[in-house]
Amino acid sequence: MGSKNILIKINQLYKIFGDGDKSALDLVKNGMGKDELLEKSNCVLGLNNINLNINRGKIQVVMGLSGSGKSTLIRHLNRLIEPTSGEILFNDENILNLNPKELIQFRQNNMSMVFQKFALFPHKTVLQNVGYGLAIQNISKDEWSEKAQKWIKRVGLDGYETYYPGQLSGGMQQRVGLARALATDAEILLMDEAFSALDPLIRSEMQNILLDLQSELHKTIIFITHDLDEALKIGDRIAILRDGSMVQDSNPQEIIMNPADEYVSDFIKDINRARVIQAKSIMTPTNSKSSGATVKEEMVLEDILQIMSDAPSKPVTIENSKGKITGKIEMVNLIEGMKRPKSLGTNITG
Amino acid sequence: MDWFYNFPDMSRSNLRDFKKSVDFAFTDFSRTYGEAIETFFEPLLMFLVWFEKFFINTPWPLIILGILSLAWVGSRSLTVVLGTFISFMLIGYFGMWEDTMSTLAIILVATFLCISIGIPLGIAMARSNKVQAFVVPILDIMQTIPSFVYLIPVVMLLGIGKVPGLIAVCIYAIPPIVRLTNLGIRLVDKDVLEASDSFGANYWQKLFGVQIPLALPTIFAGVNQTIMMALAMVVIASMIGVKGLGLPVLQAISNQYLALGLMNGLAIVILAIIFDRVTQKFGLRMQKYRNEGKD
Repeated sequence: MGSKNILIKINQLYKIFGDGDKSALDLVKNGMGKDELLEKSNCVLGLNNINLNINRGKIQVVMGLSGSGKSTLIRHLNRLIEPTSGEILFNDENILNLNPKELIQFRQNNMSMVFQKFALFPHKTVLQNVGYGLAIQNISKDEWSEKAQKWIKRVGLDGYETYYPGQLSGGMQQRVGLARALATDAEILLMDEAFSALDPLIRSEMQNILLDLQSELHKTIIFITHDLDEALKIGDRIAILRDGSMVQDSNPQEIIMNPADEYVSDFIKDINRARVIQAKSIMTPTNSKSSGATVKEEMVLEDILQIMSDAPSKPVTIENSKGKITGKIEMVNLIEGMKRPKSLGTNITG
Repeated sequence: MDWFYNFPDMSRSNLRDFKKSVDFAFTDFSRTYGEAIETFFEPLLMFLVWFEKFFINTPWPLIILGILSLAWVGSRSLTVVLGTFISFMLIGYFGMWEDTMSTLAIILVATFLCISIGIPLGIAMARSNKVQAFVVPILDIMQTIPSFVYLIPVVMLLGIGKVPGLIAVCIYAIPPIVRLTNLGIRLVDKDVLEASDSFGANYWQKLFGVQIPLALPTIFAGVNQTIMMALAMVVIASMIGVKGLGLPVLQAISNQYLALGLMNGLAIVILAIIFDRVTQKFGLRMQKYRNEGKD
């Protein structure tokens, strides 16, 4: 992948919370772990040598359990948290070198954020909330309210402009949060567990709204979550953090097919593999047509199973989005693909 | 073993010299700078006098009308407005109109002074822990020191009159507004501030757009307390020459006039209740957005 596609480049980023973080940094660089560091120097290791390239126009998911540093990482991107060491390049410019004025400019123009607990302004109406990012740029009220209006409509909150956040349900509040972030037309959208506080149905609905918007806007989205299903649904790439270190960064299929270690394996253990693994991950490459039906590379195993159950002995042909044949799948491949890889162990004993 | 039973204090003559030197030093200070300080407060005195005259000279129906409309704007409650009307009619009927107007004038000026000094100070405290650590003990002293004690230097400096009275009232009444402004701003949700930061708000935009509006109900509780405490100081302030409802109370104490004391005391109570109800209702209305349920 060419570097032209990379919008944000995080290089050797370290964050240590607590006094004496500089001396603690040396300890961490020499390989000291989180628990030992806390014991020895009373510092908390937030991020440990993070290297990550974030592609323009894609959704980069950052996943991990609570305390793994994912919220810390996303707050480095707009410098709500300052790193202990390292660099963050945005279009090849290190944002850590921005002075306070430039930083404010950068936040106003290039990044906006959606928060887990919504963080709406309770004393402002929906319209004022959505227009906030524009209003503080000294844009005239007519102009910002027109733009805000457009985004309120886009997230389906037409008619709620004069309501206060306290009068809306959680799902509606987060739509306001989303509209507020989109209204500034920033290229980058930071979403910190944006849908975690919502109940499952609303969460799924919000994910669809996001994907729908993304297909049209092509923002660069950094999406934090602890929910693997969510990560698989919306992520173009998934980075997994553990105790402040990056464990794996790859595309979703890769994570499921080749988990980097036990921690990642634990994450993916409980997912329904048939529903997330795509044909291209298990197919046998070939360019000749097979005897069965023809399906797309992105079709998930569950759907292929549905097709194959009518004619189990006939392998299906796989084609890419341009209609070119790329491989085939037999029943035995399907079974192989759905079973847990050896590294994941088995729950059935005896 | 003498030291065990008798406290090893400084000798009487030393103590007398010590007190004398402090007294003389302050007398010297007030002789040298008294006039300058008085000149400094001159505009305040003129404003206070003008304000009091305005209240006393304006025909009573206009004053009542003005007060009633303020009560309505503040509370939006007919009960409060009606109660205010009856109270002021009674006060006037019992011959306390002029004193009440004097008291009203000094209370309003004192409150205005306290707000204009107290709110910026509270904001500074909320911004910096160092400022807070410095100001809190001073506020503690201001609230606990017996008011008679600080009347002495104030009177030595400025003599008897309205301005020293006003200063005494302010010293007593300013702590709540400072404390509650500080508290209100510190209590603003961190998430909301983070959101404001993430959109690139600068310090002043955060302060006036987010922190102060969200702290307003708390700040207003401080204003309410400040008014109440200013009213409580009315009697003591009358000892150093502040006219108003406090003066008859003072006379009543020294001459054992029960009726006079009760009437004027109750008039102070009535003023306090009206101020309290109106400002509280106003404070509640300011945080209406918090209480509104879903439709």
